[in-house]
This record gives sequence, structure tokens and C-alpha cells, in this order.
Amino acid sequence: MVQTTITVTVDGTSYTDQVEPRMLLVQYLRETLGKTGTLIGCDTSNCGACTVHLDGVSVKSCTMFAVQADGHEVTTIEGIAGADGLHPMQTAFHENHALQCGFCTPGMIMASIDLLRENPNPDEQMIRDGLEGNLCRCTGYQNIVKAVRSAAETEAAKVELGATIPVGQPS
Amino acid sequence: MTITEIGASRLRKEDQRLITGRTRYTDNMVLPGMLHIALVRSPFAHARITAINVDEAKRAPGVIMVLTGKDVADEQGGIPSAWPVTPDQKAPPYLPIAVEHVAYAGEIVACVIGRTAAAARDALELIDVDYDDLPPVLDLEEAMTDTVLSHPDLGTNLSATWIFDSAAAGTGTDVAQALASSEVVIERTYYQQRLIPAFMEPRSTVVDPTGEQLTMWSATQVPHILKLMISLALSIPESKVRVVAPDVGGGFGGKLAVTAEEFITLLAARRTGKPCKYTETRTESLMGAHHGRAQVQRIRLSATKEGIVTGLDVNLLADMGAYLGVITSGIPILGAFMYNGIYKFPAYRFECNNLFTNKAPTGAYRGAGRPEATFAIERAMDDLAAELDMDPVELRRKNWIKHEEFPFTTVAGLEYDSGNYEAATDKALKEFGYDELRAEQKLRRQSGDRVQLGIGVSTYTEMCGLAPSRVLGSLDYAAGGWEHAQVRVLPTGAIEVVTGISPHGQGHETSFSQIVADRLGVPFDNVEVLHGDTQVAQRGLDTYGSRSLVVGGMAVVAAADKVIEKAKTVAAHLLEASRDDIEFTAGAFGVKGTDQSMTLGEIAFAVFSAHNMPDGFEPSLDSDATFDPVNFNFPHGTHLCAMEVDTETGAVTLRKYVCVDDIGNVINPLLVDGQIHGGLVQGISQALFEEAVYDESGTLVTGSFVDYLVPSAADLPMFTTDRTVTPALTNTLGVKGVGEAGTIASTPAIVNGVLDAVRHLGVDDILMPCTPSRVWNALRDAAQGGGRHRSPDPSSTKPDLDPAGGN
Repeated sequence: MVQTTITVTVDGTSYTDQVEPRMLLVQYLRETLGKTGTLIGCDTSNCGACTVHLDGVSVKSCTMFAVQADGHEVTTIEGIAGADGLHPMQTAFHENHALQCGFCTPGMIMASIDLLRENPNPDEQMIRDGLEGNLCRCTGYQNIVKAVRSAAETEAAKVELGATIPVGQPS
Repeated sequence: MTITEIGASRLRKEDQRLITGRTRYTDNMVLPGMLHIALVRSPFAHARITAINVDEAKRAPGVIMVLTGKDVADEQGGIPSAWPVTPDQKAPPYLPIAVEHVAYAGEIVACVIGRTAAAARDALELIDVDYDDLPPVLDLEEAMTDTVLSHPDLGTNLSATWIFDSAAAGTGTDVAQALASSEVVIERTYYQQRLIPAFMEPRSTVVDPTGEQLTMWSATQVPHILKLMISLALSIPESKVRVVAPDVGGGFGGKLAVTAEEFITLLAARRTGKPCKYTETRTESLMGAHHGRAQVQRIRLSATKEGIVTGLDVNLLADMGAYLGVITSGIPILGAFMYNGIYKFPAYRFECNNLFTNKAPTGAYRGAGRPEATFAIERAMDDLAAELDMDPVELRRKNWIKHEEFPFTTVAGLEYDSGNYEAATDKALKEFGYDELRAEQKLRRQSGDRVQLGIGVSTYTEMCGLAPSRVLGSLDYAAGGWEHAQVRVLPTGAIEVVTGISPHGQGHETSFSQIVADRLGVPFDNVEVLHGDTQVAQRGLDTYGSRSLVVGGMAVVAAADKVIEKAKTVAAHLLEASRDDIEFTAGAFGVKGTDQSMTLGEIAFAVFSAHNMPDGFEPSLDSDATFDPVNFNFPHGTHLCAMEVDTETGAVTLRKYVCVDDIGNVINPLLVDGQIHGGLVQGISQALFEEAVYDESGTLVTGSFVDYLVPSAADLPMFTTDRTVTPALTNTLGVKGVGEAGTIASTPAIVNGVLDAVRHLGVDDILMPCTPSRVWNALRDAAQGGGRHRSPDPSSTKPDLDPAGGN
């Protein structure tokens, strides 16, 4: 099988690897790099469990090939916590009981961070609409919506989001 | 003792690993030399396999081995059914890999073992299977006639007929007589569509055959049951099997299973001598993992003109799918005890025909038999109220068991220990604004508003905490319903709690820590809850049926109490006091009337060193307990919803949902609310969104998340949840189950609400899910026919070509 060389920065570390052109970004993250915090829940890009950030913007890593990430910066659930502990969105999920089995959680948190990047002060319906691409089977979404709202309300969250997430456009 | 933890909204211990990605889901696991499995599945619902050619696949790069059913015929055993509901129950062999005959689309016919998952999947296309297709059985009413057989070798589609008759059981009178002599009889057929549990984590299994024990990691709710079944079905000594359920991404009954994929992964590992992994795709999960519901419910309910119910006759056709999984056959039977709901029926008869079809096997799905029962009785009560032109809440009030009448033995033979339906209903009505919404409804009706308002009512109870072992025995289930726990006191005073339940999102690491922290007077953070590994938790019956707290939690309490008793003996010895004078308060053992005392931690270290123990004292505080409940427990509640129906488009909007549940004492309100929220959505989703749709050839049309509609945040509102507290009298914590309540209650509330919005327009039934097109068609039919919309004619049980998708 033909291999292609890619260089991708993932969670702040630069990696150079030989990959099959057909390898999905999520497979590269999980199988090549061992970044198993990012999960696979479907094969049709419906569930959003695999959501990561590419240059600061959320993408479903099952809809991209690893080669498309060549030269880009990927952030996963394993790379969002600052040196001082959790990312404010992680804290908000914990404090609002916004997770049960936890399988949708990494993708849900990554999507939520991006949602607030685009709109730092969303109302309930904006949050619901913004998370439409991420499915959760446990929580009924009520506490997820509350968590995102509470993260938005926390000044610290706004500061942290602005400080750590570079604004960029999807490539 | 000071109670500080029970009742506190403790944030979850489980969260730290889950929010940071430090998770241990089975598919995350990598072992040295691990091989990967991909499976060939039948595209036909019903066929004979005439030939399989695997030569090319075997030669493909990266392929280690290919296995067909013939290759493993002598060693693959069969998936066991643990529930012979009748002595003459019929069932076809359920082979992990089909040999000659496939009975549903998605059944496994070959297995490729490759060095990578990609290599194994690539080789699937190189396997050539020849099928002679056979006519499939897809309709329950047709199945009952045996004109086409789902398993020709079995000679019939009927697996078993199970009957409960209150006259025969001595719990009531004869229902035929009641129906014949009553003033009003409501006769209805309700359809429980097929649902797919659709847990977010696809199923995955890893088996390591190296070492003395086979170790299986699996995305399962039931590691203990799985271990036993593997041992029995594959003739492996039980002591040579270890099963681990690591982090498990949801189950909802869908992972209460012993699966073909688990057996195949084990066989592959044994054949290759290497660790093997199988992880399903979402499409495989939707077509191959068991489904739920799928029943036709014929209901006859009789009453007086004043609305006093006099009899209930239930006749079910229950779809087993193609095979009996471990508890498939028992699911509709669990509902048999719940059709009477919270009402005082004098006469009741239940008959269930378990039927095979050529669709995926069914099994437990959140509520398992009880949501179906609750749906039927709550729909029928609304239909009766409409017939009598009576307020549906008032009708229920006339018939329910009054709070002063508990304990109450129902017509189905269960003893409800406690409950207060009046309190829950009154609270719900108030919080909902029932009278105001009825007034608004009236105005909208009068003005002929395009958007009509309906109010949905559901007053449910459920039996949960599965289950008293002797009751399971009387229902011919193969196992018991007890639960085991161990409380270990480590030398530092830290506590390890080992439980036989197997959480997969419920938060038991947190709630059980709260219970033990209170009981032993130790800090919450000093308690670690261990579970899900048969080598750690040696005994257990796992998590399902809202049993974890009410059965498993009670075992933990009993084990903790034994620790206290042992520690008292040591304290008395070390403090040179009489054992009778030792008092245990807030984690310390003191001598009455003195200031002498020792903490549990100090005693633990003294026991560890064991230098100075009472004569004959075994130096350990560790204690085991097994709890077998004496009865089920009976959560109840009142759920009310306001549904808006756009009469021009058929669009349905859930405007407001208020529920007041009574689950007895609450350990952690935060976790309880979370369970209710998630449960509500699964029930609402049955009413409005979800359906497993097969086409006329038996192909699953809803085989991906594009077509199977799991709702998103955008589809749902906020819910108002509240509680009344009537403690259960059947356990000392006074707790009841909560995991299934929301799902059981919400489906009938929603459908009753939709119908309440349009009943005055001549519609009195709409099939679930109530999609805009179905609602619109019902309104059109009613308008054209000028009469009632009676959609449940037998043709509507045929493969549904009007799927839920598109709303």
C-alpha cells in the first residue's frame, strides 16, 4: 500500500509519520499516536464523538483523511487542559453533571469550545442548535446545555478560551 | 451516626477520566501482537447458504486466518437462552457463525482475522457466499399463522405462549365475565415499533488467550453473566475465564447480552494464540445488536359508566426476532405484571405469544417489557376518558390505589409496598399549570387555531430492582437476582468497595462512595469503588432492571455493617472494654461514658499488624455480603406534557414537560435528575422519532445514524423534574430504582398529548413514532372520512414503508 509522509502538530507536539492516503484523521490519532481520548461512534459523521479542532476550529475527525491534516495543528480532548488543570469547558461539564457514560463527552466538549469561540454568549436555543451535530444517548442534553451556558457565563472561561485557542479557518 | 453524604449532590468521581480522555473503552485497548477481526454478514433476511469460497481472502495481504461456520462447527457452541418461559418453549440453535441457514439480515457468516483492522475489512470483499434466498417472515400477525416459516426446521414461528389469568391465580376474578357484564368496553390495538438501543459506544471485544486464563474485555453490562455463559456454552472451566467490562459507553439494555461477536473473538484468539479484537461499525451495531419493543398489543378494558375499571384483557404478539438471546423470551413477560399499572382492576388476563421473525433478535431495551405495558394501560385510560368524556386525571384518580391502601396486592399478584399517587399528581398538576393549559386548549379549539394544544398525562408505576430470586425462579429464569458486595478496609484506613454491579454511565462510583462514607464515617474521597472485572468482583449479577442501588447498594450496606461489627470486637479488645459498651459514631468506636475511642483507621492498622488481637479473631475487617431482595420496589410518578400540533403540516412540538417522580429516598439528586432526563428522552424518542424500519425483503433501512433518528439537543426542550418522597419499605435505605422511570412514563404521555390535541378533529390513534407525515395523514383521513381515524388495521403491521426519517 502506498504511503505518504505527513507532519502534523497534535496537542502541541509535532509528529512526522508515514500513513496510507485512505487513513482517516481519527484513525491516525487513535492508532498511530495512541490518542484514544478521541472516540469513534459512527461511520457517517452523524454522532460527533470524534470531534477535534483543526487550527482551532472543530472538525469531525472521521470526515478527514490524515493527509489532509498535513501541515496543520490538531487539538484533541487530551490537549485542551492548561498547565493549571482542566479547561473551563471540562470543569463546566463536570460541575453540571453533563456526562454519564462519557462516550460522547470528548467530542461534545470540543464542539462546545468551538461553539463559544464563534458565539461567546449563546442563548439556550443557540446552544442546542450549535450542538446538533453531536449525539448523546445518556443525558437528554439538559445538563450539557446548562454546562455550555455556565461556561459562557464564567468570565474565566472567556479569558481562557481567548488565550488558548488560536482563531483560524478550516482548511 | 451523622448522615452527611446521603442526599448530597456530589459531583462524580468518574468524570475526571472521562472529561480528559484518559478512558479505557474496549476499543482503546492494544495488546502485543494483537490481531483484528472483520465479519461477513448476510445481506439476506432469510436464505440457505449453499457455498462459501474464502480462498482469495486467505491469500490477501495481512490476512492470518478466515473462519466459516463449518470451520468452527465443533467448537462454537451456541448463544444460550437463560429463560425458558414455558417448558415447551421452542427455539432454533443460535450459532455464532451461521453454517447452513441465515435468519436475518446482518447474521454473521464468516470471520476474517487480519494483522490490521483495515486488512481484515479489505478481505471481506474477497469472500464469495452463495445464498438461496427464502421468503422472510416480517409481520407478527402473519408469523402467527405459520404460513411462512422463519425457521423451516422448527416447523412453527411460535416460540411460546405464556398466560396469566387472575381467576386461575386467585388474585382476581374472571376477565371474560367482567368484559361481558360491563357497561363500557374499550377495545384497542397498539403497536410498539421496533427500537434500537443505539448506545453511543459501538460494541467491542478483546480476548487475550495468553497465560492460564482467557481474558475477555468487552463493552458489556453483564461481565459476570457473560463469564458464566461462556463457560457453559463453550465448555471452558469457569475458573479459566476472566471477563472485564472496562469503561462502557452506555448500554440501556442493549449490552445486556451474550453476543456472537464475543464468542467469535474468543474462538479467533484461541485459534491464533494471539490477542484478537473485534469492534463493530455503527451499521453493524444497528443491524446486528439486539433491538427492543416490537409488539402488537390487543387491549380490552372494561368499566362502568362512572369510569370505574372492571377488567383488563391483554393479548400480545411479541417479536423475538430471529433467535432467542440470553433473556429475549422473558422481556414481554416482565410486562405482564405491569399492565394493571397503578389501578385497582378486579379482573385481569394476559396472554403473550412469542414469535420468531426474520429480523434482528430482540432483547432488553430500557424498561424491557414495562414501557410497553405502561404505554398500553396509559393509552387505554386516556381512550376510556375520551369515551366517557371525562378528564383523564379524574378518571385515573377514581381508579388508582389510594395512599392509605398500601400495602396493596394487585390483580397481577404483586405487593406494592408503598406509594402516594395523590401527592405526586397534585404536585405535578400545580407545577404544570394544568388548569391554565386546559383553558388555553379550549380557546384554541373554539377559535379553530391552526396550532392545537394537547395535554398528555401518564401516571405510571414500575417494578424494579430485579429481582427477588424466588420470583425469578417462579418465572423459570435460570439465575437469581441477588447482588454481592465486599468492603475492604486497607491498613491506611482507605476503603475499597467491590460490587458485582457493572455501571456504564450511572455514576455508582460516586453514589456507592456516598453510602459507604456515611455508613463507616469516613471521608467520601477515602472510598474507592471497584467493579466490572470478574477477577476483582468475584460474584455479581451486573447492571440492568434498575437494580444497582436497590439490590447492589443494599449489599454494600450489609457488607459495611459487617465491617463495623468486626471492628467493634477489636475496639473492645484494644480499649479493654466490654463489647456491649462500644458505640460507633461518625467513624469512631468509643467506650460508653468515657472519652476513650479509636477511629476505624486506627483499628484497621491494628488489624493489619495483628500484634494484639482478641483470641480467635481472624485478623481482617474485610466483609462480604450478598443481598437478595424480598420484593421489587415500585417507583411511580405523574408526567404531564403540553404538545402543540400544527394541523396544516402535522408538525408536533413538545412545548412543556413536567414530571414528579417518587423514587423514595435519594442518595444523590444530581445523578437522579440525570437519569430522569436521559430516560425521558428515550421515551419521548419512541413517541416522536425512532423506529427500526425493515423493507419488504427484510433489509434494515435504518442501518445508519443518517436514517435511524437519535434526537439531538436541537430536537428537545428543557424538562421540569421534581419529586415526592415515599420511601420504599422493602429495603432499609428506602430507595427505589430510577434508571428506567423516565423512559417508561414519557412515551404514553407524549402520544396522549398528541392525540389530545387532535382528538376533537376525529383522530384517536396515530402510530409511533408520531411523525409529521403520520399526524398529517391522520388529520386528512379523519377530515375525509368524517369519522374516526382507525389506523390499526392489520396491514399497518406490515414492513413499514413510512419510516420515521425525514421529520
